[in-house]
Amino acid sequence: MDYFREHILTIVAFWPLAGMIVLMLFNKENKTLIRWWANFVMIVGFVISIPLWVWFDRDTADQMQFVQNIPWIQTIGANYHVGIDGISLLLVMLTTLLGPLAVLSSWEAIHDRVKEYYVFMLMLQAGMLGVFVSLDFFLFYVFWEVMLVPMYFIIGVWGGPRKLYAAIKFFLYTLFGSVLLLLGILALYFIYPNLAAQHPEVAGRFGTGATFDVLAFQAVASYLPFTYQYWIFLAFFVGFAIKVPMFPFHTWLPDAHVEAPTAGSVILAAVLLKMGTYGFLRFSLPILPDGTKYFVPFMIGLSIIAIIYGALVAMMQPDMKKLVAYSSVSHMGFVTLGMFALNPNGLNGSIIQQINHGISTGALFLIVGIIYERRHTREIAQFGGLSNVMPMYAVVFLIMTLSSIGLPLLNGFIGEFTIIMGALQQNLWWAVAAGAGIVLGAAYMLWLYQRTMLGKIENPANEKLIDMNLRELATLVPLIIVAFWIGLYPAPFFRVLDKPVNNLVLKVRPDYFQGTQRLNAEIREPR
Amino acid sequence: MNFLDLIWLIPLFPAAGFVINGLFGKRMSKTMVGVIACGLVFISFIFSAGAVYQLLQLDSAHRSHTVRLYEWINAGPAHTSEGPLANFRVDWGFLLDPLSSVMILVVTGIGFLIHIYSTGYMHEEDGYYRFFAYLNLFMFSMLTLVLGNNYVMMFVGWEGVGLCSYLLIGYYFHKKSAGDAAKKAFVVNRVGDWGFSIGIMMIFVTFGTIDFIQVGEKLREGVMAGAFHVGDPLFIGIALALFVGAAGKSAQIPLYVWLPDAMEGPTPVSALIHAATMVTAGVYMVARSNFIYQMAPQAMTVVAVIGAVTAFFAASIGLVQNDIKRVLAYSTVSQLGYMFLALGVGAFAAGIFHLMTHAFFKALLFLGSGSVIHALHHEQDMRKMGALKNKIPVTFWTMFVGTLAIAGTPFLAGFFSKDEILWKAFSSNQGHVLLWLLGAAVAGMTAFYMFRLIFMTFFGESRVDHHTEHHIHESPRSMTVPLIILAIGSVVAGYVGFPAWLGGNNAFEKFLDPVFEPLPIPHGPEAEYSHLAEAGMAAASVAIALIGFGLAYSKYCKRSWEQQREIRQYGSLYPVFLNKYYVDEGYDFLFVNQAKDAGTGLWKFDAAVVDGAVNGSAWTTVEGALGSGWWDRWVVDGIVKFIGGFIRTMSWPLRLIQTGYVQNYALVMILGLLIFIGYVLWGTS
Repeated sequence: MDYFREHILTIVAFWPLAGMIVLMLFNKENKTLIRWWANFVMIVGFVISIPLWVWFDRDTADQMQFVQNIPWIQTIGANYHVGIDGISLLLVMLTTLLGPLAVLSSWEAIHDRVKEYYVFMLMLQAGMLGVFVSLDFFLFYVFWEVMLVPMYFIIGVWGGPRKLYAAIKFFLYTLFGSVLLLLGILALYFIYPNLAAQHPEVAGRFGTGATFDVLAFQAVASYLPFTYQYWIFLAFFVGFAIKVPMFPFHTWLPDAHVEAPTAGSVILAAVLLKMGTYGFLRFSLPILPDGTKYFVPFMIGLSIIAIIYGALVAMMQPDMKKLVAYSSVSHMGFVTLGMFALNPNGLNGSIIQQINHGISTGALFLIVGIIYERRHTREIAQFGGLSNVMPMYAVVFLIMTLSSIGLPLLNGFIGEFTIIMGALQQNLWWAVAAGAGIVLGAAYMLWLYQRTMLGKIENPANEKLIDMNLRELATLVPLIIVAFWIGLYPAPFFRVLDKPVNNLVLKVRPDYFQGTQRLNAEIREPR
Repeated sequence: MNFLDLIWLIPLFPAAGFVINGLFGKRMSKTMVGVIACGLVFISFIFSAGAVYQLLQLDSAHRSHTVRLYEWINAGPAHTSEGPLANFRVDWGFLLDPLSSVMILVVTGIGFLIHIYSTGYMHEEDGYYRFFAYLNLFMFSMLTLVLGNNYVMMFVGWEGVGLCSYLLIGYYFHKKSAGDAAKKAFVVNRVGDWGFSIGIMMIFVTFGTIDFIQVGEKLREGVMAGAFHVGDPLFIGIALALFVGAAGKSAQIPLYVWLPDAMEGPTPVSALIHAATMVTAGVYMVARSNFIYQMAPQAMTVVAVIGAVTAFFAASIGLVQNDIKRVLAYSTVSQLGYMFLALGVGAFAAGIFHLMTHAFFKALLFLGSGSVIHALHHEQDMRKMGALKNKIPVTFWTMFVGTLAIAGTPFLAGFFSKDEILWKAFSSNQGHVLLWLLGAAVAGMTAFYMFRLIFMTFFGESRVDHHTEHHIHESPRSMTVPLIILAIGSVVAGYVGFPAWLGGNNAFEKFLDPVFEPLPIPHGPEAEYSHLAEAGMAAASVAIALIGFGLAYSKYCKRSWEQQREIRQYGSLYPVFLNKYYVDEGYDFLFVNQAKDAGTGLWKFDAAVVDGAVNGSAWTTVEGALGSGWWDRWVVDGIVKFIGGFIRTMSWPLRLIQTGYVQNYALVMILGLLIFIGYVLWGTS
C-alpha cells in the first residue's frame, strides 16, 4: 500500500499505457475481448485515481503532493518530476472520469480497426494524465506532444467525411502552437541559471544549475526581466490559446469536433481543451506575473469576444455538433475571462467552470452521438418532436441543456456566477458584456432543444427511434450526478481550490491580500 | 413543534413531490399522483401557517428568524469597494420575517387551491404526472425565492421559477406556438436575470455580503457614519440593475412581451405562475431591496413611472382582446404596474398589500376562465361565447365577485389595496398628481375591460356553436370549491389592511413596518392631508371605475357584442391595441433578427476570414512549397548545373591532357625531368 501511495501518480498516469501494451498482444479479430479489456482498463484507471481525491491533503492544497522527483536526462537537467496541487487534482479526476465514459460510448459506434482505435484511446488517456501531473517542463512537453498523435489518428481514421482535412488542421494548428511553446520553454531554460546565480536565496533548493523544473521557474519568477516575460508570455499564449481555443485561434475546433467520432469529441472538449487553460494557470500566471498583468486587457478582450462571438455563431448552426462546438468557444471564453480577472473569485470560478465544461459539453457530445448512431445525421432540421418517442433521452438532454446554460442547482451556475463576480470586481463592464453571453446561451441551447425535442414528429424517419439503452444511460448518469453535486454542494471543490488559487493570486498580485485600494489601476500598468 | 426552525422544510416538501412524481409518476394512478402533489403542498402550507403563527407571537421588533443549513458557495476573498477583503460566500439559508410570511402564505395557500383545481382541470390530459411534477417543482422554486435569506438564494428560486414557467408554458410541447412561447418567456426573463445578477454582484462588491439583513445593517451603519449618500450613482446603478430583473420577471415595460404569450400553458399554470405568484417575484424583490431604493430616489421615480405607464399601456391593450385568457394576461401586467407604482412612490407595504389581494382575485379570475374553457371544450375565444350565466352558475358568480374585486368595488379586497396605492401615488413625497391620474384612468379601464369580459362571456346571446352547446356543463367540485374559497378571499382579504380613514388600524402595514423601516436619511416634510381628502380621492376613483362599468354595460350588455361596431368605435387605434402596439414585431426587427443576422454574419466571417487566414496560410505553405520546389529545381539547381556545365565546357583542353593513361603521364614526367635537368645543367650558367 505504501508503495502504491508513493508512486500513485506514476501508476495512474501510466496504467492506461500498460493496458495499451497488453491490448496490443490481443488478436485483432476478437473485438469483444478488446472492447471489454479497454473498458476494464479505463474503469480501473478511474478507480485507482479515487485515492488521490481521498488522500489529498486539503490543508496544504497549494503544495505539490504525491511528488516523485527522479533524475532523468541529467546532461540537460531534465527530471521525472510529477506532483499535483488542488488545481491539477481536479483536472486529473476529470480525465479519469471522462476517459471510461468516452470509451464506453464507442462500444457500438466503432466497427473498423477496433484494436487500433482502443490502442489510441488508451495512449491518449496516458498522455493527458501525464500533462496534468508533470512538474518538469521537458516531461510536460513530451506528454503534450505525445497526446497529439493518437488524437490525430482518432479524427483521421474514425472520423466523418472531411476527416483528413480536420485531422491535419488539428495537428498542424496545435503543432504550430507547440513550437512557440517550446521556444518559450527554452528561453526560460537558458535564463534560469543566470537568475538563480544572481538570486540564490530564492532559487533555494532548486540550485543554480540548468533545469526544466517548473517550480524552480516559479521561484525566480519575480526576478525575470519584463522583456523576457513579455516575449515568453506571447510565445506561451499562442501555444495555449490555440489549445483552449481562444478567438481567433478557434477555427480548428468546429472542424475537429464535427469530424471526430463521438468519443473523440468528448475527450477533445472535456479534457484536451483544458490543457490550454491549465497551461495558463500553471505556467503563464505564476512564472510570468508581470507579463500576465500587462496582457490582461488583451486577454479579457479576446475572452469577451469569444463569449459573444461563439454564442452568436452557435445560434445559427444547422449541425448539432457544430453548435455544441461553438458553444464550447463561448464557454471557454468564460474560463479565460475568470482567469484573467486575476482575483480569487474569478480564478475559482474559472477552474470550476473548466470542470463544468468538461461535464456539460462532454455530456452534450455524448447526447448528440446517441442520436447520430441512430440516424446518421446531425442536422437539426432532420429532427423535431423526439421527446414523443425518446422520453428518457429528452430528460437527460434537458438536464444537460440546463447545466450548460447555467441554471442554479446545476454545475454551470456556480462557475459562471463566480467568474462574473470576479470579473465585476475588476471592471463592471466586463461583467455586463459577459452577461450577454448568458442570455445568448439560453437562446441557442433552448432553441436547439425546441427544434429537436419539442413539437410533433414531422420526419417519418424519426417515428421508430428507440430510447436510450442501459449502456448509453450509463455513460451519462455519472455526468448528471457530478453536475448536481457541483450545483448543490460545491464546497468540496472550492475547498480543494481555495489554497492554490490564493497562492496563485499572491504570485501574480503580491499585494492583493494587503492592499485595500481597488486594483484596476495596478493591472493596467506594466512594471 | 418549533415551526420557526423548520422553515427550511417548507420548500422541500414540494421538492419531494417533484422527485416522487417525476421518477415514479408514470407508473402510478392519477389519484395517487394528485394526492402526493396536493398533499405535500398542503403540508408546506401547514408548516408555513405554523411558522407565521409562531412569528406573530414574537414582539414586532424581533420578528425575523434566520435558519442556515450549510455553506453553499465560498469562492474566496474579494476586494470590496469599502476596502476590506470579504469572502464571497453564500449560505443555503432561509429567512422568515413579515414580508416572507405574507409571501409564503400566499404561495402555499393559493398554490394549494390551484393544485386541487388542477386535479379536475387536467384530468383528461396526457402526462398528468409530468404536469404535477413541474407544478411541485415550481412550488419548491417559488418558496426558495421568497424564503431565501440572501440575494443568491433568491436568484436560485428566481431561475427555478423561470425554468418551471418554461416547462409549463411548453407543456403542450407538440404545439409549435407553445414551444415558441416557452422559449420566448425564458429568453426574455434571461435578459432580466442579466440585470438582476449584475445588481447582486454590485451589492456584494459594495457591502461585502449578499445577506439581506447584513446588507440592510451595513447600509444603515454606512448612512449613520456618513459613508453612504442618498442619490449616489452606485445605488442608482444597483437599484436600476435590480429593476431590470424585476421588470423581466414581473412583465413590465420593456420586458413584458413574454407574459401574454405565456397563456399557451394550461390555465391553472396561468393562474398560479402567471398571475398569483411568480410574476409578483419582481415586486417582492424590489420590496425586499427597499433599503437600496431608499438610497436612490431617482431609481424609485423610474420604477414609479414605468409601473404607471405599464399599467396604462397594458390596460389599453386589454380593452380589445378577444381571447379570454389574454384579457386576463394584460390585466395582470396592468395590475403589476400598479404594484410597481406603489413601490416607486415609497409605499412598499401598499405594493405588497395589492400583491396579496391581487393573488386572490386574479387566481380566481383565471381559474374561472379555465372553468369556462373547460365547459366549452377548450374554446378561449370570447366571440364564441355568450349567455353562459345560467349554464355554469358557480363559475359565473365567483367570476363576478372576482371582477367586482379587481374593479375596485368598495369594501371588496381590490378596493382597499388599489385605493391605498392611488392615494400614495398622489400624497407621498415621491408621488405626483400625474401618477395619480394615470392610475385612476387605469381603474376606469380595468372596470371596463373586466365587465366587457363578463358581459361577452356570460350575457347576451349565445354565440357558442351548436355542437358544443349541448355539452356545456358546470365543472366538477374539485374545480368549483377552490373557486368559491378564492371568491370568499377576494371579498375578505382586504380587511387585514382596513385603512385608517375608515376607522381601521391598517394592521397589514403595521405588520410589515419592521421590514420597510425608513433609513436614517433626511426626508422632506410629509404633506399633511386630512382623512377627508383621502376619502374624496377614493370616491373619485370609484366614480371613474363606475364610468368604466357604465360604458361596458351600454356597449356589451344592453346590446350584444358586434365585431364591426367595436372596430368602428376605436377607429385607427383598434389595430394598434389589438396588435399590442406592434412591440413584438419591433423586438423581432430590432433584436431577434439582428442577433440572428449577426450570428450568420459572424459565421461567414469565421469561415471566410478567420478560417480563411488559416486555410490561406496552409495554401501559402503548399504553394510556397511548390514554388520553392521549382526554385530549387530551376534556380538553385540550375546555377549549380550551370557552373558545372561551364567548368566542364571550359575545361576541355585540360581534359585532353588528363587522359588517364599511365604511359602518357610517364612520358610527361620524363619530359619534365629532362627539361629540369637541362635547365640545371645549362640554364644557370
